[in-house]
Amino acid sequence: MPQNEYIEQHIKQHGRRLDYEERRRKKQAREGHRIAKDAQNLKGWRAKQFAKKRYSEKVEMKKKIKAHQESKVKTPTVENHDEALPTYLLDRQNNNTAKAISSSIKQKRLEKSQKFQVPLPKVKGISEEEMFKVIKTGKSKTKSWKRMITKHTFVGEGFTRRPVKMERIIRPAALRQKKANVTHPELGVTVFLPILGVKKNPQSPMYTQLGVLTKGTIIEVNVSELGLVTAGGKVVWGKYAQITNEPDRDGCVNAVLLV
Amino acid sequence: MATVIPPPSKKQKKEALQVRDVNLIPEDLPNVLIKFQASDTGESIGGSIRVPGSITEKQLEELLNNLQNEDDPVPYSFSVLIDDKLTDVKDDLYHSILKPGHKTTEDFLTLVYTPRAIFKVKPITRSNTAIAGHGSTILCCSFSPNDSSRMCSGAGDSTARIWDCNTQTPFKTLQGHTNWVLCVSYSPDGKLIATGSMDNTIRIWDAKTGAPLGKPLTGHSKWVTSLTWQPIHLDESPKLASSSKDGTVKVWDPISRLCLFTMSGHTNSVSCVKWSGSNIIYSASHDRTIKSWDMSANGKCIQTLKSHGHWVNHLSLSTDYVIRKGGFDHKGGKLDSISSKELRAKALQEYEKVAKINGVINERLVSASDDFTMYLWEPLKSSKPICRMTGHQKLVNHVNFSPDGRYIVSSSFDNSIKIWDGLKGTFITTLRGHVAPVYQTSWSADNRLLVSCSKDTTLKVWDIRSKKLIVDLPGHSDEVFAVDWSLDGKRVASGGKDKMIRLWSH
Repeated sequence: MPQNEYIEQHIKQHGRRLDYEERRRKKQAREGHRIAKDAQNLKGWRAKQFAKKRYSEKVEMKKKIKAHQESKVKTPTVENHDEALPTYLLDRQNNNTAKAISSSIKQKRLEKSQKFQVPLPKVKGISEEEMFKVIKTGKSKTKSWKRMITKHTFVGEGFTRRPVKMERIIRPAALRQKKANVTHPELGVTVFLPILGVKKNPQSPMYTQLGVLTKGTIIEVNVSELGLVTAGGKVVWGKYAQITNEPDRDGCVNAVLLV
Repeated sequence: MATVIPPPSKKQKKEALQVRDVNLIPEDLPNVLIKFQASDTGESIGGSIRVPGSITEKQLEELLNNLQNEDDPVPYSFSVLIDDKLTDVKDDLYHSILKPGHKTTEDFLTLVYTPRAIFKVKPITRSNTAIAGHGSTILCCSFSPNDSSRMCSGAGDSTARIWDCNTQTPFKTLQGHTNWVLCVSYSPDGKLIATGSMDNTIRIWDAKTGAPLGKPLTGHSKWVTSLTWQPIHLDESPKLASSSKDGTVKVWDPISRLCLFTMSGHTNSVSCVKWSGSNIIYSASHDRTIKSWDMSANGKCIQTLKSHGHWVNHLSLSTDYVIRKGGFDHKGGKLDSISSKELRAKALQEYEKVAKINGVINERLVSASDDFTMYLWEPLKSSKPICRMTGHQKLVNHVNFSPDGRYIVSSSFDNSIKIWDGLKGTFITTLRGHVAPVYQTSWSADNRLLVSCSKDTTLKVWDIRSKKLIVDLPGHSDEVFAVDWSLDGKRVASGGKDKMIRLWSH
C-alpha cells in the first residue's frame, strides 16, 4: 500500500483530530494575511516565484469572472441575430447567447490569421535510422543497399513492386494505408475517407515521393461523402487534410481537414 | 498527379459486345382492344376500339379528340389501368405497356386520359439578373397572380420590395415593419399584398402603387408564421388568415382592418395555415395536430387530425395552385380589364375543374412533419388519413401538390425530393441531385416541371415526365431560402442568404 493510503486508512478508522475543522477554517481565514506578508517580505528567487504564481492566479480569476458575466447576458432574442431566417428554420436554431457570438468573432479572427497555417505547424524530426531498416542481401548477407520503411505508407492505386534487384526501398504491404479518419473541424464530425495522395511530408521531399505517412503530413482525401459545395454549386471531392497522430503507433491514420 | 483512365473491366467489355435493344416495333404486332376513360369523371368514351398495337401517344390523342368532336384539339396524357394502378403511356403503347409485359395484345386495355395544360412552360435555363436591393437575407418571395412582371419579396432588413420583372428593376419598397418580413402573400384578385413580420404585425399594401393601407394589423403576441387568403370564389372581398408562433390563427378583414375571428386551440406554435375552397381553414401546428376550422360556421373547430408524432411543418391542398391563381389564367390579365364578377365566376369554374373527382368535390390535404413522414388526408370525408407516406430519412420541410393535383412533391432535409401520387399517396420516385437540405419547391403551371431550392446554393429544374434533372442552376453565392415560379411560367424568382433577388428564364 502506498504511503498516503495508510494515512487515509487511519483517518477512516480513527477519524480526524477533534479540532480539525476549526483549525482548517482558521488557516483558510489567515491565508490572505499570509499572502500579503509574503508579498511584502519575500526576497530574491522566492519572491520571483511567488510573484509569478500570484500573477497567473489573478489572470485565471479575472478570466473566470468575465466568463460568468458573459454567460449571464442574454441578447434581446432577435435584434442581435446577424442573420435573418425564414419561418421554417426559426425554431430550429439554438438560443443565441452573447457568449456564442463573441466566441464566433474570436474564431473568425483566429481563422483570418491562420489562413496559411496548418493545425500542426511543427513536427519532430525523424532520423534516417528510425525511418529505414537496413536489409542485408547477397548470398553471404554482406551487401546492405536495401532499405525497408518502418512507417506507414500510402502507395496509390494499382501499385506493383519493382523487381527485387531494382527495389532499393521496400514499403511493407502490412503498413500500407488506404483510408484515414478525417475530422471536419467546424462540423465536428469524423468520417472514414479514402486517401487520394500524399501532398507533402514535412520531414523530407523524398518521403513525400514515397508516400510516407507521419505526423504532420498533408494528404489529399476524397470528401465526396461529406457533401461540400463550392460557390458555383459543384461538389467538392478532393481536399487536403493533415495527419494528427503517429500512424505507426496507433495503426490507423487520423487527420484533420484543412478548411 | 496525372491519372489514366483504367482499362475497361471484363464486365464492361462484355456489355459493350452485347447487342443493344433498338427501339423497333415488330411488324407483325396484332391489334389491341382499348377503351378510353376520363380520369376526373370516370366516364368512358366511344366504347371499345380496335387499334394497332404500335399506336403512339400522338395518335391516341388525335383519336380521342376526334371522338369528342372538339373544335380545337386538347393535349392528353394516357395511362393504362393495371390492377388498380396507373402506368403511364410514354411515346407509344408497345414500348410502355406491351413490351415490359404489363399487358399482352390479347388483353382489353382501359386507357385513362387526363387533359394536359394546353400551353407549355419552357424550362428555365439561365439567370437573367441578380438584383441587389435588400440589405439582408431574403426570406420569402411571391409572384403576383395576374402578371409575371410583378414580384414581391420580404427580407431580414424589415422591408418588403416589389420588383418590376420586365425591366428587372426595383419598383417599390414597402417600409413599415420594424423587424424581419417573414411571409408575403398576394391576394387572389391581385390587388393587395399582405406581409407578416417578426414584429408580430401584419401589414396590407396596395399591390399597384405599393402604398400602405392603414395601420398594421396587431393582435398576435408572437411573430407571424404564415398567411393565406380566402379563395376569391367564396367572397367578393377576400379575407386574410394568419397563423402565429403564439398558437393562434386569426382571420382579418383587410378593408375594415378588424380581426374577425381568433381561433385558439393549438397548444404550440402554428406553422402553416391554408384556406380551402370549401371555406375551411386548415392549420398545422408544432403540437403535432392539424385542426380544421369551418369558416361558414363562425370558425368552429370541426376536426382535429392527429397522427403525426412530431411537429407538423407544412400543409398543401390539392387545390392550392388554382386558389392562388384566382380567376386569372396563364395569359394573365390587367386588373381593371376584368370585372370582379367575371373573375369570381372563372375562379369557381377553374376550382371545380381541379377539385371535382367523379363529380364530387374532393379536396385532399397533405401534411409534412418532423417525424420524417407525411400523411394524405381527405378531411371532408374522414379524420383518418388515407395514406402514410414514409421514405424520407430526415424531416420533411415542404410539400406541394401539383397544379392539377395529380402529384405531390416533398422536399426534405435528407437532400432528396420525392414524388408521390396525388390521389392515393403511393410513392413514385425520388429525385436526387441536391447535396444539402432542400428548402422549397415550386411547380410550373403546366405540371410538367418543378424547381427546387436548397442550402447547397443551387436551384434545380426537374422534369416530371421523365423524372430527371433537366437543368442545374448555380448562381447564388449562399443558401437559397425562397423560390417561386410565376403563374404564366415565364420566370422563376429566387432569393436567399446572399441578399440578391435572382430572376431566371428560358
